[in-house]
Amino acid sequence: MEKKSTEQLQEVASQVRRDILRMVHQVQSGHPGASLGCTEFFTALYFDQLKHDSDFKMEGKNEDLFFLSNGHISPVWYSVLSRSGYFPIEEMSTFRKLNSRLQGHPATEEDLPGIRIASGSLGQGLSVAIGAAQAKKIDGDDRMVYVLMGDGEQEEGQIWEAAMYAAHWKVDNLIATIDLNRQQIDGPTKEIMDLIDLRAKYESFGWTVIDTENGNDMKSVIEGLEKAKSLAGKGKPVLNLLHTEMGFGVDFMVGTHKWHGIAPNDQQLADALAQLSETLGDY
Amino acid sequence: MEKTLDLKFNYTDKKDTRSGFGDGLLEAGRKNPNVVGLCADLIGSLKMGAFQKEFPERFFQTGIAEANMMGIAAGLSISGKIPFTGTFANFSTGRVYDQIRQSIAYSDKNVKICASHAGLTLGEDGATHQILEDLGMMKMLPHMTVINPCDYNQTKAATMAIAEHEGPVYLRFGRPVWPIFTPADQKFEIGKAWKMIDGKDVTIFATGHLVWEAVIAEAMLREEGISAEVINIHTIKPLDTEAILDSVAKTGCAVSAEEHQYNGGLGDSIAQTLIRNNPAPLEYVGVDDSFGESGTPTQLLEKYGLNAANIVAAAKRALARK
Ligand SMILES: Cc1ncc(C[n+]2csc(CCOP(=O)(O)OP(=O)(O)O)c2C)c(N)n1
Ligand SMILES: [Mg+2]
Repeated sequence: MEKKSTEQLQEVASQVRRDILRMVHQVQSGHPGASLGCTEFFTALYFDQLKHDSDFKMEGKNEDLFFLSNGHISPVWYSVLSRSGYFPIEEMSTFRKLNSRLQGHPATEEDLPGIRIASGSLGQGLSVAIGAAQAKKIDGDDRMVYVLMGDGEQEEGQIWEAAMYAAHWKVDNLIATIDLNRQQIDGPTKEIMDLIDLRAKYESFGWTVIDTENGNDMKSVIEGLEKAKSLAGKGKPVLNLLHTEMGFGVDFMVGTHKWHGIAPNDQQLADALAQLSETLGDY
Repeated sequence: MEKTLDLKFNYTDKKDTRSGFGDGLLEAGRKNPNVVGLCADLIGSLKMGAFQKEFPERFFQTGIAEANMMGIAAGLSISGKIPFTGTFANFSTGRVYDQIRQSIAYSDKNVKICASHAGLTLGEDGATHQILEDLGMMKMLPHMTVINPCDYNQTKAATMAIAEHEGPVYLRFGRPVWPIFTPADQKFEIGKAWKMIDGKDVTIFATGHLVWEAVIAEAMLREEGISAEVINIHTIKPLDTEAILDSVAKTGCAVSAEEHQYNGGLGDSIAQTLIRNNPAPLEYVGVDDSFGESGTPTQLLEKYGLNAANIVAAAKRALARK
């Protein structure tokens, strides 16, 4: 695949946002908020950063691997997977419907290409990614393992078991990203369970931490991922704190937990789509 | 189909059972100052907002940390508080099984584990959230009482009843709006099965949302000249074995109906009772060793064989084996 310019990547992102909104709208269920907030990140990963093969193989030898720990943002993942050739874009119309491969939360049960493990129950993906990264080390495979988590998800204890383990075992072929949108279901993380200082927490656990200050700016996202990659291989796992806005790209959805897990109605969909150009053709 | 049937129980309103929990918790909190609430970032989904608003000093948001929530609840109970924990059924059981086992069940603490979005009827979120093993896990724990009410009114009554019951309880309810067909003023007796419909040919033992399907199935069977007894097993443990044996002594065969795996569910508890006392044909309506998937509640009950038509078919199979 030839390298895309930042503008071209932004065009992809616009289409991805349309896909997210249309999927969630048609079944009146699903999680648009953080899907929209992470659109630049997923687009940058799949269309710029990852060495990956849409002719999907579970083992992913000599490929970069991506794991989604906060599985509720499946819409953004399904969109980039289909838009990068893993399965037909028409299949997005089956999202969350009976007999679909596009389950509410990502699943391997029906062999959807691109998915290597089920997620949805929070707090488990970092451990899985670490295991996959260690397998690469055993195999002498020098590609990277990426994992995305939510910030609210950091409240799960398993995350910290995994964080300790990754540093202890010097899992330095791992780039973990946290979607720092400062929101979770019941409200802002600060009010629900204050995470205080994630950088200090991870650093004290032995990680190298970087901030991507503008996680909704394509250029910054790519710079952040490039920087993370440059810090890999130095004996420490790398954490990328991706500062995003939940609901980014749709003016009435930005910055609030209210759109964590509800679908727009017909009028809201129309208003939202009017803000996002159809660049690659709707499914 | 339901419309044309002559149902023995009817409804004028529908509500989700989780709202019965939320309303029951509020009343329990008003009655007893020892009632405290905990929730792991699902206050809206569990309908715990009214309790939180009225009793902020007795409510703890734990964040997305269910294992910690179970430990905190156990600790709160030591000085006589009556903690009600709230999260989805999957995260109330499988996720925290050892915390429950050691700190709550084995230590016999007065904690009420309140679990919403159980079973297939949570719908579109899919299998990661649709736990179908929770009744089995919870009933296997010594000391644990396990309750699975059938509608809004029964869930509300059960919530108030468990506040007055000493000991660990697992209370299971769900997400979909569902017919309210049991009385508002019912007295909820833990461990006491409720014979809703008298019959003589076959007994249907149902729990949770499937009690409503059993009510429909009874009417369908009646149209075909088959007389079914319907018993509402809201308490899976302790099981009302007397009610089960009395009924099967009369009808000679039975069906169990639950939104759960065959393995380890209500059907297995009834089978144990029958096999030891009165081996009689028993047919299971439940999920046959598979995970669920995304879909609407109605679609899922149909695809996985849990609706009234499946209960009717099971009743006929049981009858044929008499
Ligand atoms: C173990 C577990 N507990 C609870 C939930 C329910 N749940 C789904 S998303 C969510 C909030 C997650 O917050 P965050 O990670 O910040 O994601 P965001 O809301 O930003 O998308 C919760 C509590 C879950 N899926 N898994
Ligand atoms: Mg968040």
